[in-house]
Amino acid sequence: MINKDILIKSGISGMLLFFILITLLSNNSSDSLNSVPGLNANCPPGFKLNEQNECKAQNLYMLYDSPNNKGLGGLQTGLPEIRDGFSPQEIDLGRYLFFDPVLSGAGDMSCASCHQPDKGFSDGLATSLGNNNLKLKRAAPSLWNVAYLRKLFWDGRASSLEEQMQGPLFSKEEMNNSPAHLLETINSISEYKKLFQEAFPDRNKRSPIQLNEIYTSLAAFQASLISLNSKYDRYAHGYHEALNEKEKEGMNIFRSFVARCAECHTPPLFTNQEFAVIGSPEPNGLPLDPGAEIPAQDKTLRGAFKVPSLRNIEKTAPYMHSGNFSTLRETVEFYTQGRGHAVPEGEDLRIHWHIWEPNLTNYELDRLVDFLKTLTDESFKPKVPERLPSGLKPSVYILSK
Amino acid sequence: MKSTLLKILAGLALLVIGVFAGKFLFGSSGAESVPLPSTLNYRNAGISESSTEIKDFTGNVIEVKKGSSIQEAVKKAQPGDLIRVFPGTYSENVYIDKDNISIQGVVIEGKWPTLDGKKEINDAFLYSGNGILIENFKIINYKGNAIMGQAGNNFIIRNNWIIDTGVYGIFPQYGKNGLIEHNVLSKIADAAIYVGMCDNVDVRHNEVFDNVAGIEIENSRHCLVENNYVHDNTGGLLAFVTPGLPIKTTFDVILRNNFVVNNNHENFGAPGSTVSGIPKGTGILIMAADDAIIENNIITGNNNTGITIVDLANGDPKANDPNSEGNPDRVVILDNIMYDNGNDPIGEIKAIMLTKMQTKGPDIFAFGGGKGSTIRDKNKYRTFGIDSYGPAQIMDTRDVVTMRTPEPVPDRAVSKEELGELTYYGVCAGCHAVGSRLIGVPTEWIQMIHKDNPQGIVDYINKPKNLRDDYPEMPPQDYLSEEAKMAVAEFILSIDIDEGFKKKVPLDKITAK
Repeated sequence: MINKDILIKSGISGMLLFFILITLLSNNSSDSLNSVPGLNANCPPGFKLNEQNECKAQNLYMLYDSPNNKGLGGLQTGLPEIRDGFSPQEIDLGRYLFFDPVLSGAGDMSCASCHQPDKGFSDGLATSLGNNNLKLKRAAPSLWNVAYLRKLFWDGRASSLEEQMQGPLFSKEEMNNSPAHLLETINSISEYKKLFQEAFPDRNKRSPIQLNEIYTSLAAFQASLISLNSKYDRYAHGYHEALNEKEKEGMNIFRSFVARCAECHTPPLFTNQEFAVIGSPEPNGLPLDPGAEIPAQDKTLRGAFKVPSLRNIEKTAPYMHSGNFSTLRETVEFYTQGRGHAVPEGEDLRIHWHIWEPNLTNYELDRLVDFLKTLTDESFKPKVPERLPSGLKPSVYILSK
Repeated sequence: MKSTLLKILAGLALLVIGVFAGKFLFGSSGAESVPLPSTLNYRNAGISESSTEIKDFTGNVIEVKKGSSIQEAVKKAQPGDLIRVFPGTYSENVYIDKDNISIQGVVIEGKWPTLDGKKEINDAFLYSGNGILIENFKIINYKGNAIMGQAGNNFIIRNNWIIDTGVYGIFPQYGKNGLIEHNVLSKIADAAIYVGMCDNVDVRHNEVFDNVAGIEIENSRHCLVENNYVHDNTGGLLAFVTPGLPIKTTFDVILRNNFVVNNNHENFGAPGSTVSGIPKGTGILIMAADDAIIENNIITGNNNTGITIVDLANGDPKANDPNSEGNPDRVVILDNIMYDNGNDPIGEIKAIMLTKMQTKGPDIFAFGGGKGSTIRDKNKYRTFGIDSYGPAQIMDTRDVVTMRTPEPVPDRAVSKEELGELTYYGVCAGCHAVGSRLIGVPTEWIQMIHKDNPQGIVDYINKPKNLRDDYPEMPPQDYLSEEAKMAVAEFILSIDIDEGFKKKVPLDKITAK
């Protein structure tokens, strides 16, 4: 496979040279069908380029303060601190890497295999499929607004995107690559060499592509996925006609202390980034997932998971850490079925105090779903590259394995 | 006998005439005799210093009469407006997502404007705006809260009469600079007044009784709880850190001049809630809060303890949060009147006291970690666990008149240029960019078409009319505020296109190295 690629690649390199010549001669920068265009020098939407060639986040929530700088509160509250400042080139290079199956050991899985743009950067599966279609244990979390999150993975075991991505990249069960093999592959692709040079202009041209450059680029792309322009946001910024009466009813149920959704899924990000034991069931009688108990080495966190953001939640069914609920309606209903009702026998979980018996009516559950759907915004969805430096197909197209 | 009857009849006749005369004289002026909006002139004499609390309203007065809806008035209201609600029963959920709205009940001849949730509606008032005032309402039978704020600085909640409104009575959350005073609250299943994750809040002159918790300061800083009558709750005054919340600390809390009496109510808190673990008979409970000062309170008749000071590990072992520091440090107990506490201790305190061969609970009970705590006149009280407490280093807190901020917390000031820029990059940039076609036309085209005419862009934003077949129609962006629309129009016209192009090609940077 790689041999064939090299053949194609040398062809491509040749043509590239040819085109560069043509370009230089004619000063015509039209893209070739066969090569990856140069990296985008503009920031993605939601970011402004500064003098240092950094993309800095810009959004209407910057009009507001946030209490104790936590980015939590009500409708007009500022967001938590964001991870921004990547260059446009780092972000765009990250986009190619993100969709490129060449990052996996067998060249058949990319980040996008489980984080598909059209599925809310999740994959539509209860739990994701890994190497050789192995059914994994947890659902793929959405990547929208991940730049605002301090802890990653359902159990919070990573504190940065760079740390997080090494999990799936090098896990035998997931992308099944190794650092050495990844470097070898990437460094064998001349177009990537060119793009890394463009994204990291300060690097020594002769030194091979480094792991941290790959990590930075992938982090840069993921941190550029911003969704803050939903119908709800229009309401929050003061345009109260943005929501219809049913959606407003849903919003009021959501933030009331009866349903208490907003106590953990706190605006404006719709997560307070804490860990909570809610006692949601595993599908098909699978054993209880201990969650944050393992990385925190703390029994009291048995069954605890990171509170996920609800932005674009409409797009990321099925729900919960192991995808036990296929619809939003079933998911919200879980919260009114009794404190700890789905905890397996013999387990003594410390169920979060906000899980209680709010006795929500069917009407109220329907309105909650109405409201949750107002949190959808994909207006800044990035484009899937048409071609990849590896010559492989972006893996969103080779789905349905 | 006959004359007595005549006298009675004559008296009755006089009374009837008097009533008619009174109606004639005063009846027509009834509308005018409604008390003035108290926001204009509200005086509050405290013990330490009298203060006048004026909430400005600069807009219109909107009246709500029996049979109409308060929420409809909120929808009409603009920042600065005052909504006056007349007596009658209003069964609704009022939500205020605007700034500087005052809602004031008008009480006439003992008849209150009453919000009745009928045990069907979740909350009486929800607010998220800054500068909200809510006063003079009777609020009954809700399921969630009487008044709940999510964010919202500079709030005033006063003179409300709240009975059985579910989980909390008055519950501001994530707010800075607030006043809660002269409210009467009873039969609340958690805390009657719950200051949650707030800063700079005064809670004064309230009466709270028959609740699980009277007044709770939780994960909040700089709070003054003063002159409250706190009786017949399960626990009276609480200053807490609850683990697992995103804001992790409670400190700088003064509990001063309160009556904390007979807080012996059965605990009817919801299973799993933090307060469900409070033993009945608890006067004051300090759990994991730092720098709490307990001064000049009258603490009597609380059957478990007068004051309990405990760390998280012992006080709330159910939850765990490695990021919450669980020890109550530097608690200061000044002069308090304490007697008749601990008559019927229960649970762990009873067991612990029995190890000391005592059947009564103490006035002051401290258990678990914590350091630097002090007390004045230590020998005055019956105590347990305060051997390490040194003498208090302060006499009183008279210098602290209020914990509120000297000036209202200002809104974040954003210039017109910044607003334009935030709107352009935060909203428009999804479809428009300099030098390239995204979904809509390149930004420089907009510049060319609307040169020197920002209003033209504003008009297009409000009502797009598609000029090109090869582009999709732009959805109206009329949800943006008028300010934001003009600001973004001016910003678009001010973008330096050449600069934009230059930034697009950082290749010269590369070759320079």
